[in-house]
Amino acid sequence: MNEKETVREEETRANETLAPERYELFAPPAYHFDLERRNFLKVMGGGVGVFLLVRNPAVLGQGRESGQRRFGRPALPENVGAWLHIAPGGAVTVYTGKVEIGQNIRTSLAQQVAEELRVRLDSITMVMGDTALVPFDMGTFGSMTTPVMGPQLRRIASAARDTLLELAAARWKTAKGPLVAEEGMVRDPASGRRVAYGVLAEGQTLAKTVVAADPPLISPEKWTVAGKPVKKIGATPFVTGRHLYPSDIVRLDMVYGKVLRPPAYGATLASLDASAAKALAGVVVVQDADFVGVVAPKPEIAEKALAALKATWNPAPAQPSSKDLFDYLRKNAAPENAQEEDRFAHTVGSVETGLAAARQTFAQTYTVAYIAHAPLEPRAAVAEWQEGKLTVWTGTQRPFGVRDQLVETFHLPADSVHVLMPDMGSGYGGKHTGECAIEAARLAKGAGKPVKLIWTREEEFTWAYFRPAGVIDVRAGLGADGKLVAWEMINYNSGPSAVNTPYDIPNQTTGFHPTKYPLRQGSYRALAATANHFARESAMSELAHMAGADQLDFRLKHLSDARLKTVFESAAKRFSWPGKKSEPGQGFGIGGGIEKGGRVATCAEVSVNPKDGSVRVRRVVVAFECGAIVNPDGLNDQVAGAQMMGLGGALFEAIEFADGKILNPRFSQYRVPRFSDLPRIEVVLVNRADRPPAGAGETPICGLAPAVANAIFDATGIRLRSMPLAPHGVKQA
Amino acid sequence: MAIELNVNGRSYSVDTDPGTSLLTVLRDHLGLTGSKYGCGEGECGACTVLINGNSRRSCITPVGHVHRQKVTTIEGLERAGKLHPVQQAFLDADAYQCAYCTAGMIVTTVALLDSNPHPTDAQIAEFLGGNICRCGTYPRILAAVRLAERALAQGGAR
Repeated sequence: MNEKETVREEETRANETLAPERYELFAPPAYHFDLERRNFLKVMGGGVGVFLLVRNPAVLGQGRESGQRRFGRPALPENVGAWLHIAPGGAVTVYTGKVEIGQNIRTSLAQQVAEELRVRLDSITMVMGDTALVPFDMGTFGSMTTPVMGPQLRRIASAARDTLLELAAARWKTAKGPLVAEEGMVRDPASGRRVAYGVLAEGQTLAKTVVAADPPLISPEKWTVAGKPVKKIGATPFVTGRHLYPSDIVRLDMVYGKVLRPPAYGATLASLDASAAKALAGVVVVQDADFVGVVAPKPEIAEKALAALKATWNPAPAQPSSKDLFDYLRKNAAPENAQEEDRFAHTVGSVETGLAAARQTFAQTYTVAYIAHAPLEPRAAVAEWQEGKLTVWTGTQRPFGVRDQLVETFHLPADSVHVLMPDMGSGYGGKHTGECAIEAARLAKGAGKPVKLIWTREEEFTWAYFRPAGVIDVRAGLGADGKLVAWEMINYNSGPSAVNTPYDIPNQTTGFHPTKYPLRQGSYRALAATANHFARESAMSELAHMAGADQLDFRLKHLSDARLKTVFESAAKRFSWPGKKSEPGQGFGIGGGIEKGGRVATCAEVSVNPKDGSVRVRRVVVAFECGAIVNPDGLNDQVAGAQMMGLGGALFEAIEFADGKILNPRFSQYRVPRFSDLPRIEVVLVNRADRPPAGAGETPICGLAPAVANAIFDATGIRLRSMPLAPHGVKQA
Repeated sequence: MAIELNVNGRSYSVDTDPGTSLLTVLRDHLGLTGSKYGCGEGECGACTVLINGNSRRSCITPVGHVHRQKVTTIEGLERAGKLHPVQQAFLDADAYQCAYCTAGMIVTTVALLDSNPHPTDAQIAEFLGGNICRCGTYPRILAAVRLAERALAQGGAR
């Protein structure tokens, strides 16, 4: 890595630790977190357990901080967590607060433990996201599982392996040094004798504590279990329908809840007549200030009871609509957040000087609409109270965050709330919060019985949160040599992730202005990096066009980041860039960048129907590099899936709203990518076994939208600068 | 009112309003939670079941309409502990990420290959066009349908 790359890498890292959190939704901290794992050994019984006296800043960076303080370095608590257990008999159990939401980390983390511990993959059980059993974790977001939890579990497994070697050495009264750990056994090469881990664990109640957390790790270049393609482990229940998602959990005596929603954001309850609902058999109406809900023995009765509630509402305050959205954002930059703006401001040289010296100048504005995550499983929770203790099964990316929200809402001690997170029907950054869990718990408290609450699709579209809309201004100048001499990019509202440019430009300013915003907004796959890549990479192709240069050549001319260059060249090679047009309406585009330690480049081929302007993305080639690859199969799915999901935001997804109402809160009104939208997707994975693995759930989505916008321009000469680009096709003259 | 149902070869009598959705009856009366709720308007396919062999959206099917008809859910596809060839194909093709859409995809594919044993890619895309996979795993699902097609053509046991 050259010096320049090192600097950029550091900048990227800084951006990574800060940027993803800007719109992550957090509950305010309410109490001091108790880190002890009471009763843990009692639960585990005998065997070998591994704890970590954490001095690992990466893991501690996930300490629970919120608001402004989250950007500072918090005082690091000594977190004693229990991560791994080997039972007599050899079964290995791994505990992590990360959760499985379709990104396939149950498999990829198990692979890394198997590698380091030297056991068969199928001897490992991953216990995930159960707040009573796993060490504290801030949540599954920000592409942190692979770069942070992976190495963490590898360190733990390495320490466990070391402990087993010690136990074997003691058993045989020999030196530990020559002993070999393999296939779940310790072997003594001198005598050929072997002993299974499970036998070594027999009769032990040994808990090894790893201090400083720096045991030797197997280099990815030498991986034999990790680094290989492995299918989703434990997949059979998903094809038989037996896997229990959060919405499938059933408890004895359970009843079903429904929540009364206001007709618009900000409308408050004026009056309620619940008599007709209460008259229905088995129905309980629960009211707590503005919160009103019903429970019934069956969902269809709960629906009837909800419909029978006669509520009147105070009118909602005046609110902006999607029609005035971008004006609103630009006019409402929030000066009280000036400090935060400064944090993301980045200037080299002087943009004004650069523009003054430029031969050609460029100024454009790009916008992105609010879009919804629309995970196929809406928010769901089953809540059960027993003797003042609360247990909630719910779909969330932040089980501990939801637990904290429950603790705060119901004024309970932390150890009175237990949150479990069965592998859920995905999230994409959209399930960080615990609304549904809180509502289910409130209903259960009122009903005196366990309550299941599943949000309807309409509720999910309306009462969850959205990917922030944004306005992005770009100014640039081209010098006489056709190279950029000035670059300025300012994002309003959607966020600072990837607002910096990876291109070498002598005069540049990039920044982010928080604004007031009309809808509840939060995380989304890659967050603002989608918006910022869309703006920057669209502008780069516009500037290439202005300079009379090829889109790819123009980029490469401004790139010294070798890794980004590699993915651009890899994608271009597979795509046969610049491509040859063989029919009218065909066009090719490219886009890429750096985010969360990964490098992505996407080439897209579109076909715009000359008659009706409809756009079809025919082919997508995406090259992605995220360091050492842990599971090429899972990675392929994350990368290909991101293209498919990205197509929606690029072409047609947009939340429409007015007067505090979402106008398209259904799949019949809000179009998401379907089978008929599927292009030929080719994924080129660049493996860098010499580099630590980075996350892959988010970054691969970044290049798709600009590549499609650039391809539409190539096809039609029409430049589209608003995402979604063509919800109703491209209007051609 | 008591509705008589035949689900996965078993007879049930369910006490509910005939307007209750079949999906609610399957999930919350019969405990068959393999069929999923995704939209409640027949737009996402997660709730797909077979009614007399045809794929139908159980979330918009009033249970009264299937009185005494033959309903097959994802739980009813296995035979004697052996996965249906379509289930096996999804497993072999690793054709899911979060897998919440999988039951609906599998049931829809069973209906597709039953009516059209050798569909074109376009026919597959059309038949599965009502099934949303938000994770975007369509390429692998397509591969799974092809695997299933071959298995069934080679006389995969039903």
